[in-house]
Amino acid sequence: MDILVQQLINGLVLGSVYALVALGYTMVYGILELINFAHGEVTMFGAMIALAVISALMGAGVDLPGVVIALLGLLTAIPACMLLGYGIERLAYRPLRNAPRLAPLITAIGVSIVLQNIAMLIWGRQYISFPPILPQGHHNLLGARITDVQILILITSVVLMIALTLLVKRTQLGRAMRATAQSPQLAGLMGVNANHVISLTFIIGSGIAAVAGVLVSAYYGLAHYYMGFLLGLKAFSAAVLGGIGNLAGAMLGGLLLGVIESLGAGYIGDITGGFLGSNYQDVFAFFVLIVVLIVRPSGLLGQASHDRA
Amino acid sequence: MPTTFRLSLLTALIGATLLTGCSKSGTDDNIVKIGSASPLTGPQAHLGKDNENGARLAVDEINAAGLTLDGKKVQIDLIAEDDQADPKAATTVAQKLVDEGIVGVIGHLNSGATIPASKIYFDAGIPQISPSATAIAYTASGFNTAYRVMTNDKQQGSALAEYAISQLGAKRIAIVDDRTAYGQGLADEFERAAKAAGADVVAREYTTDKSTDFMAILTSIKSHDPQVVFFAGMDPQAAPMIKQMKQLGVNAQFLGGDGMQTPKFIDLAGADAEGAIASNPGLPLAKMPGGEAFKQKFNARFGEIQNYSPYAYDAVYVMVEAMKRAKSSDPVKYLAELPKTDYQGVTGHIRFDSKGDLTGGAVTLYQVKAGQWQPLQTINSK
Repeated sequence: MDILVQQLINGLVLGSVYALVALGYTMVYGILELINFAHGEVTMFGAMIALAVISALMGAGVDLPGVVIALLGLLTAIPACMLLGYGIERLAYRPLRNAPRLAPLITAIGVSIVLQNIAMLIWGRQYISFPPILPQGHHNLLGARITDVQILILITSVVLMIALTLLVKRTQLGRAMRATAQSPQLAGLMGVNANHVISLTFIIGSGIAAVAGVLVSAYYGLAHYYMGFLLGLKAFSAAVLGGIGNLAGAMLGGLLLGVIESLGAGYIGDITGGFLGSNYQDVFAFFVLIVVLIVRPSGLLGQASHDRA
Repeated sequence: MPTTFRLSLLTALIGATLLTGCSKSGTDDNIVKIGSASPLTGPQAHLGKDNENGARLAVDEINAAGLTLDGKKVQIDLIAEDDQADPKAATTVAQKLVDEGIVGVIGHLNSGATIPASKIYFDAGIPQISPSATAIAYTASGFNTAYRVMTNDKQQGSALAEYAISQLGAKRIAIVDDRTAYGQGLADEFERAAKAAGADVVAREYTTDKSTDFMAILTSIKSHDPQVVFFAGMDPQAAPMIKQMKQLGVNAQFLGGDGMQTPKFIDLAGADAEGAIASNPGLPLAKMPGGEAFKQKFNARFGEIQNYSPYAYDAVYVMVEAMKRAKSSDPVKYLAELPKTDYQGVTGHIRFDSKGDLTGGAVTLYQVKAGQWQPLQTINSK
């Protein structure tokens, strides 16, 4: 029993990180119908920039509590990634706004590779360690263990998801985003500046990605230039699973994917008597994705193509 | 059109090969070319350069002392090539070295590069001594040209299993490997030896060489309550794994192979690294019979030793000793002398078994104590 609880905790923590990154994919897709494949790399930059700040502060012998140092790293990473997200949209996607769909997709992959290489040039190919500055305690939950960092990840994710939902549903900007998603032309006629809305979508998504990147590297204790790739791919799958373009879908998809991955990797060996093993951990996510797309092509919460974002 | 182009390119290449082949007989008889193949670019460049430097030190010493084969004074020329730690590049480099007329090769560094290259040296009848490839498959192909001066994964896996069972008293063992040629091979050898010694393998889990999340498999492992968790893979996976073990409260000894016996492992795992045990083939430098002297010579010329350069150094001497006994640098003649090798090198006593593997090589176990890898004990393999 406690093993099942433990696997669920593992899955929910992993899934909430996927969900955070998936939000960025789904927001951009909702507005532009573009899959921003560079989004995983924005996550990676968030982790790297925060780590650079943290190690600079620690190297300078700044005498502050670890949580404050981590927070300073995070508060540098968020605006830096927002700027990066804005820059990517401005330089790589906006000039191709009216080009055939394939062009921005290819650019997105190109941007992703360019960002990886820039990160490699700046920070090297080595894995960088995340210093143990966050609380390292753990608590008992129904016979399983939950660590302080895991609690931090869960709380941060839930808060961000609620904040983003409120932003989209309750504010003027949210209304403009929903209007642009429905029809950029019509929204323009109603006085919405589509370019502003699109820029802001990228900026908000990238800010959330920065938080996700910092949380991931704090969780695993390391970061490196390639970490955004698989994370981005899984988060993209989560967005599609939930119904790309749908915020609640991205959250649901992310959580589901994390739980399925944990339960799959944890139990497949025992269930199949060792015929299939935990080396299929990364496969479960994509297997579930294929099944959902066959049965329900628009994803779990997706609707044909209306009411996006 | 492209076919004609390719055809002409092929003809040109064949022509070039024939020409170099011809020119071999025309070169100066007093020059003996030996190849050195290792990654000189990319993430493992520091290790590759280290191997080249080890070989170069030996070559220069031999040249300075003067080498006479069958009454003729000869000079050794070391030709270093970059295999990028890549199997495809390794075969290209091997062919290039063969075409350049080398009579022997020291290399390659990685098992993944050494194995495909060994076929090319075998086809050309050129002896190959790897200073650092540990995969069993390298000497298992039955090539009479393949030798190594380091213990293989079988010896390392057996030594680790023996230690886990006799010293740690482990009855229940969990094994995780990263599904690479290295991880899989080492884990299989460890499992075989552990089972043979009477231990129970309660869980066999897998991951990849890019994963950082092991919570699911470690939770599953925890349910089997092992005394030892053995990981066969590299440091970027070993470090988060031991961290996550501590997070989940898995109270088992963490044990690994040479892939995690690195300073990077301690850097990444931080305080959680404390108490981890890992092996490395060979003796610690300080315990090698000629370790101290080698270190001084090497440091004076190339700076710090990375890892395998003493083995590359010995490999050159083993090769040249065989030439001396054969009174010839002709590969056919001195290859017959290699199995009779009985050489006291800086890394230890070097003799080969019928496959070309080092006999009686040592495996040393290290434990992280106070943030440093400290030698625990050295196990002599059979």
